[in-house]
This record gives sequence, C-alpha cells and structure tokens, in this order.
Amino acid sequence: MVDNILTLSGVKTNIAQYHILQGVDLEVPRGEVTMLLGRNGVGKTTTLRTIIGHWRAHEGSVMFDGEDITQMPTPAIARLGVGFVPEDMGIFSDLTVQENMTLAAVSGPIDSARLDWLFSVFPALGTFWAKDAGTLSGGQKQMLSIARAMVEERKLYLIDEPTKGLAPAIISTMARALRDLKNQGASILLVEQNFSVAKALGDSANVMEDGRMSWSGTMAQLAADLELQERLMGLSMESH
Amino acid sequence: MSVAPDHSPTMARLTLSERLSVYAPVLLIIAIIILGFLAIPSNSSWLTLTVSGLAMGMMIFIIASGMTLVFGLMDVINFGHGAFVSVGAFVGVSLILALQHLSGSPSLAMNLVALFIAIIGAMGATAVMGWAFEKVIVKPVYGHHLKQILVTMGGLIVVEQLIIVFWGPEEIYLMRPAALQGSITFLGAALEKYRLVAVAIGLIVFLGMRYVLRRTKIGLIVRAGVENGEMVEALGYRLRIVFIGVFLAGSALAGLGGVLWGLYQEVVTAHIGNDTMILVFIVVIIGGLGSVEGCFIGALMVGLLQNYVAFLEPKVALISNIGLMVAILMWRPMGMIPVVKAK
Repeated sequence: MVDNILTLSGVKTNIAQYHILQGVDLEVPRGEVTMLLGRNGVGKTTTLRTIIGHWRAHEGSVMFDGEDITQMPTPAIARLGVGFVPEDMGIFSDLTVQENMTLAAVSGPIDSARLDWLFSVFPALGTFWAKDAGTLSGGQKQMLSIARAMVEERKLYLIDEPTKGLAPAIISTMARALRDLKNQGASILLVEQNFSVAKALGDSANVMEDGRMSWSGTMAQLAADLELQERLMGLSMESH
Repeated sequence: MSVAPDHSPTMARLTLSERLSVYAPVLLIIAIIILGFLAIPSNSSWLTLTVSGLAMGMMIFIIASGMTLVFGLMDVINFGHGAFVSVGAFVGVSLILALQHLSGSPSLAMNLVALFIAIIGAMGATAVMGWAFEKVIVKPVYGHHLKQILVTMGGLIVVEQLIIVFWGPEEIYLMRPAALQGSITFLGAALEKYRLVAVAIGLIVFLGMRYVLRRTKIGLIVRAGVENGEMVEALGYRLRIVFIGVFLAGSALAGLGGVLWGLYQEVVTAHIGNDTMILVFIVVIIGGLGSVEGCFIGALMVGLLQNYVAFLEPKVALISNIGLMVAILMWRPMGMIPVVKAK
C-alpha cells in the first residue's frame, strides 16, 4: 500500500449557495510532488483552501498524516506541519521581508542553516531583507511567499500557482527551489497552470473538472499523452 | 499581479512630491502648529494653546488607539468603546477620592502614587469589563456590521445605566491631586501642570505601543493580522486569542483615557465616554481605520485644531473637526495612513 500523507475522500465544499467541490478524492503520497491540474474555475484553489481549513468541507473527510483534520481549525492544521502558499501569495506588505519570515517561524527563531539555504535558493530575499515586503516586485513576493512556507520544515506544502504571472527567468528559479524542496524529501501538493513546470516537477497528476477529479495517474503518463491533455485540460499544442 | 514586475529601485522611481507624501501627515501637524502661530497674535497664548491641544490629542489617542486596532484586526466596529472610558473615569475618580490622604498631600510623589493607583485600578476594571464585553456582546456578531453597531451601542447604554445604579445620577466633581493643580510659567506662557502630565503619559503610551507593535512577535502578529488575518491563521497563530488580547488592552487603554479625561475636566458623568466618542470616531477615521500611527497623528491634529479655533473663533470650534475630517477624506479617502487590506 502506498503511504499517503494526505487523503481526501468525497470532499464537498460549498461557498455561499455554490457547490464548488462536489466530491473530491485525492491522494498525496509522502515524499512526492503531486500535481493538481485543470482549467480555471474547476475548484483547484478551493481544494487547497479546504485542506488548510479556510473553507469547511460539509461532507467527506480530509486525513492528514493519520489524523482527521476535516473540522480542525486552520491554526491547528498549520501546526501539524502544513505550509500554505496561497494563490494571492498572502504577503504582509506592511512588514519587512525579515518580519514576514520571523512570523512564519512559528516554533521559535529561524534556524540559521536553513536561512542560509533559503538565501542561496532565493538571493533576492537577502538583498531585500530589511525592506517592506510591499515594495517587492511580483516575482520577489512569490519567492518570499514560498520561502516563508519553507522557513521551517513542514510535512506537507500546499502551493497554489507559484509561477502565475512571472517572467520566464523567475519561473526557472522557482522551479529549481521546488525541486530542491522535493529532493529534501518534502511532500508537495502543487497547483500549476504552466505545463512544462508541471511536467518537470510532478510525480503524480490529478486533473479536476467541475469540482471533481476527472483523471488521476502519473505525471509521465499525462505528459506523454497529448490527446489526453487536450481532452482533460483543453491544452493546445502552443502550450508546450 | 499580471503586470510585468518593475525591477528599478523604489526610491529612484519616485518624484519629490511622492517622496514627501509619505511624511505628509506629520508635516500637516507641523503646518497646523505654524498656522496657529501665525494666526494667534500673542506668542504666549499660542504656546499655552499648543500644550493644551497636544494634551487633548494625547488623551483622545489613548482612547482611540484600542478602537482602531479592534476594527483593523477583526473588522469589529465597537460603538460601545465609550463605556470603558466612562467606567475607567468613575473607578479612577473614586480611587482618587478614596486616597485623599495621598492625592491631597502637597508632595508630588504622593500625588503621582495616587494617580498611579487610580490608573492601575481603572485599567484593571476596564480590562476585565472588556473581556466580558467581547465574550457576551461582540463575539456573537462577528462579521455583521449593522448588528455590531446596534448591539455595542446597546451595551453602552446598559453600562451607562449601571454606572448610575452604582454611583448615583449626580455628576462627581473632584480636584486634581494637589501638586498637579495650577500651572508653571514657561517663556511667559502659563502651562497647566496636569496637561504636561497628560502629554507625558500619552507619549509613553504611544512609544510603548509602537515598541510592542514593531519589536515583539505579538506585535508582528497583530500588524500582519490587520492586513490578512486568514494568512496569519494559515501560519499557525490563533487570531481569536490575539484579538481577545487586543480588545482587552484596548479597553484598558480606554479606561486610562477615562481617568485622564475625568481629571482634565474635573467632573465626571456617566456620559463622559459617549461625549468623547465623536472626537474618537473622527480621529480613527481620518487616521485610517486600523492604523495606530494614523490615529496618533489624527488625534494631535484634532486636539490642536480644536484649541486654536476655539481661541480664535469659538463659534467655529464645533465644526472645525468635522471640517478637518471632510478635508482629509477628500484628500485621502481611506484616511491619512491607509491600512493595506488583503481582502
């Protein structure tokens, strides 16, 4: 049996009167990068937000590392070891880069070896250490957001579209950082629209459609099958 | 977010006026003080008015600071904030009257001890009251502004009536502690000693608050929570606990403000809190809801303007602060130091 760090079974989430998630089943194997793919508006972000507890599943269950976290409050879920990088990055723009990082280190001062590693992955962090995070560029904010989630070792990282709206040069930095994280044995659930990044990083892939999982398999399988991609995500040849 | 990032250094992109606009609120205070100096014929009167304007501003700041943070952090509009001012004033004044041997003694040290005990007593009482108020009145109406306004206003009325039950309907007149009565003469201007003490206490509170907000982890959580509470929770902090702490501290500060305000007026009534609330709301709004710095600057502006205008043209004094609010909102609709909101 595969060792899953996170398992969603039949999760249904409503936002106001809308049934956004209509029974999501998802397995995130430990130590792997699991891709969550699909067109805009199919419920990828809502799935992540349901896992971290910003939205509540009204049916189904979310199991994390052997614990049922379906109804657990967000801070408690985070403290079990879940790092969250939201789609809007969730940067505190009134705080400096340093303060953003200090705040993210929930259990105490930042470990200096880990900080050195983060500086080597994201050199911009060091350069703008004392600056207000609000003055950073979009790419730098995204790096800060990911570095913030990585400042302490987490069992699982939920990362929502880290390359959205970024320049190609920054996208490759981001991809390298995520690969570094993966090589350290972290488990990652990644929402990504950039297919080449998804192809390079993903171990397994899950494609959503209308609030449900429409396909699950290995990333290699999906990457090799253009027809499948076309059918599941409406990807055309230009996106490769 | 989809716009290509601009990598040029921030300062190089700004024009002189953009760079100045960061300091504009502080420059406005200086401008008001200079305008007052030019408009008021006698320099000594100007100095007297400036000190009393600063004292009044500091007291309003102490009262308003908690309210602005409570709004910023949990989006709660507390119209009952004045209740803490009233209770603080009554508890403080009762303690000072009870400690007549200390407060009536000519020794400044003894007086300060009396004042200190009154302040601690008032802050303790209003902190406990704030805790209960949050649990009973505010918590059930999270996220509903209209309900918040109605129910917190109802809470204010109940508290005012309870004050009448405990202390009676009459106003209580009192003397300030002996050594804090009268004034000192400085450069030909008469400066009331008590106002100098109020300025000092206000400065201590402001600097203390700044220190906590900028240098401690709790402060980081509060500042981050004002901007994006959801993300603070996703990092693992229980915002609700932090909020209760802020509400409690804000109530205690309102209690401190009540003591200072009561001694300033030398008379307290059950409505003392509600009477200050118009100024407090003006200050919180022009400062930028949720901004402690904005609140501080706004309070000083309101205090100074009120005193200058009351001296020059008493009839205009009433509308001067409303006029100030209109002018500032036309200039910066979100207040002088707008708080970044992620939602």
